[in-house]
Amino acid sequence: MSKVLEIKNLSVSFHTYAGEVKAVRDVSFELDRKETLAIVGESGCGKTVTAKAILRLLKTPPAEIKKESQILFDGEEVTKMDKKRLLSYRGQDVSMIFQDPMTSLNPTMTVGAQIMEALEIHKKMKKKEAEAEAIRLLKLVNMPNAKERIKQYPHELSGGMRQRVMIAIALSCNPKVLLADEPTTALDVTIQAQIIDLLSELKEEFDTSIILVTHDLGVVANFADRIQVMYAGKIVETGLKEEIFYKPHHPYTWALLNSIPSLDKESKEELYSLGGTPPDLILPLVGCPFASRCDYAMEICREQAPETTILSDNHKVACWLQHPEAPRVERPILSGGANRG
Amino acid sequence: MKKYIIKRIAYMLLTLWIVITLTFFLMHSIPGDPLAYMAKTLPEQTRINFYEKYGLDKPVYVQYGIFMKNLITKGDLGESIRYPGRTVTDTISKHATVSGRLGLQAIAVGITIGIVLGVIAALNRNRWPDYLVMFIAILGVTVPLFIIAALLQYTLSVKFKLLPTTGWGKFKHTIIPTIAMCFGSIATYARYMRSNVLEVINQDYILTAQAKGVSPFNVVRKHVLRNAILPAITILGPQIAGIFTGSFVIERIFSIPGLGSYYISSISDRDYTMIIGTTVFYAALFIVSQLVVDLLYGVVDPRIRVSGDN
Repeated sequence: MSKVLEIKNLSVSFHTYAGEVKAVRDVSFELDRKETLAIVGESGCGKTVTAKAILRLLKTPPAEIKKESQILFDGEEVTKMDKKRLLSYRGQDVSMIFQDPMTSLNPTMTVGAQIMEALEIHKKMKKKEAEAEAIRLLKLVNMPNAKERIKQYPHELSGGMRQRVMIAIALSCNPKVLLADEPTTALDVTIQAQIIDLLSELKEEFDTSIILVTHDLGVVANFADRIQVMYAGKIVETGLKEEIFYKPHHPYTWALLNSIPSLDKESKEELYSLGGTPPDLILPLVGCPFASRCDYAMEICREQAPETTILSDNHKVACWLQHPEAPRVERPILSGGANRG
Repeated sequence: MKKYIIKRIAYMLLTLWIVITLTFFLMHSIPGDPLAYMAKTLPEQTRINFYEKYGLDKPVYVQYGIFMKNLITKGDLGESIRYPGRTVTDTISKHATVSGRLGLQAIAVGITIGIVLGVIAALNRNRWPDYLVMFIAILGVTVPLFIIAALLQYTLSVKFKLLPTTGWGKFKHTIIPTIAMCFGSIATYARYMRSNVLEVINQDYILTAQAKGVSPFNVVRKHVLRNAILPAITILGPQIAGIFTGSFVIERIFSIPGLGSYYISSISDRDYTMIIGTTVFYAALFIVSQLVVDLLYGVVDPRIRVSGDN
């Protein structure tokens, strides 16, 4: 499989009045053709910033993509694209779905016009042609009464339907990569499942690679091929879905897995939650960023950042527990999270 | 929709009636009357005849009844008491077109320039175009109309002799008054649009548009503008009112034969029929413009399109 997207040493900072916030720190990863990669982590760990950086959607300033960063789309350097190329790249080569479908559609434009807009720009379609294509796309995302829907405004649709429209917009020009930034977070649970099912169906149909950004490991369980866990702007563990679910090595991954609610749990049992908050990204980070919240933190964790340990072809983890001299620790299983996958 | 408009028109008539009634009794309560200026010099009997002719000898409520009856049944606003022979309706229709042309021109120019400047300021936030526009805007709201008018007269017609100072008739006569009148609108709209655009630009749907590959110009044209204009429509009503009051001053400065000067002189003359007539006209115009503004809302924002049921 060839790589459609390669991210090398991506660092993104925000220049604020309080100082420089290093939101993404030296992140490298790849995305294969037709692969689904999930980026998982809690709020403020740099997932969304990474996704936006890929489309160069971050406002500069205050954001700054550091010089050494490389974002290669099919071998082409995204950070060096000129304005014209960037416009054709956005929406056509790589497109994006956002978190909140309630606010991510223009309230004063019909949904049809919003879908047609991308088609008119990238595929140079005439209005009639674009309209027919918009109806076809709406049918593809399982929108009932597609013909009437294109004349409606976003406020006339429910949240789930709006997200379907967003997906139709994102896939309209057959992009090679789809960035889905928490596409299900703002929806209720039954709709979440429908949207995820729809995405995996369409992925086959359109031969698209997907980067799914989420804080919910439950969402990615059936969908992702590979999972990448981020914490404080760094990748702490990455591996195939099975590896992350059955053989996780980083204490943060453990914590995430343990916080998935499970059906086989006693109903009265309290759900596990990880104490503390992520570190302030304005301050310089010494050692492992997770050390202050980690039950297994050792002295070295607070002093030096851990090296990346390669566990298999795909599985990598950055944790001092992997060091030969570290004590052997087994993953504590608090819930039925391990039975998923 | 039909139901809504009918309901609105009913309310408008009610408002109009209140305005007429209040004005009628207020003007009768001011000391003096339209004939006072000549009453002293006339013989007793002539004076009484005059008062009888205009019905001024009757109690106020009877006069009110006669006026309302004529207005409703014949649409007749009467004849000027001070200048016999001029009917109020004729005076209004003749001079209101002059004021109307000037007012419309000023509003159109003011809104267009104001919106453009506001957008430019917002897109260049905290850079020199922004500071320049905001400087103009502050001047526009703080410097009184008549000073701007005098300055324009001095520079454009006295110094550079490009345009006539005063008068009416040709397009060139309208240029300086229009600029002077629209200055305030430009300022208000520029400030409004700036803050609206800044708000809209940070909305998620703008990000969606950018992610689609829409060019920056089209993002502004298709996505920002329409959403940012909406709150600016609210101030269209007061702006129209402002243009009317401004026109009284402007018409005097530039010797323009508009309705404004008639309105003002009718008050000092206690020309009862003229006062009521022009007041009804201005009130009706203002109320109608409010309705138009409300209907415009629905055109721009589909979310508040009125449905017939409520």
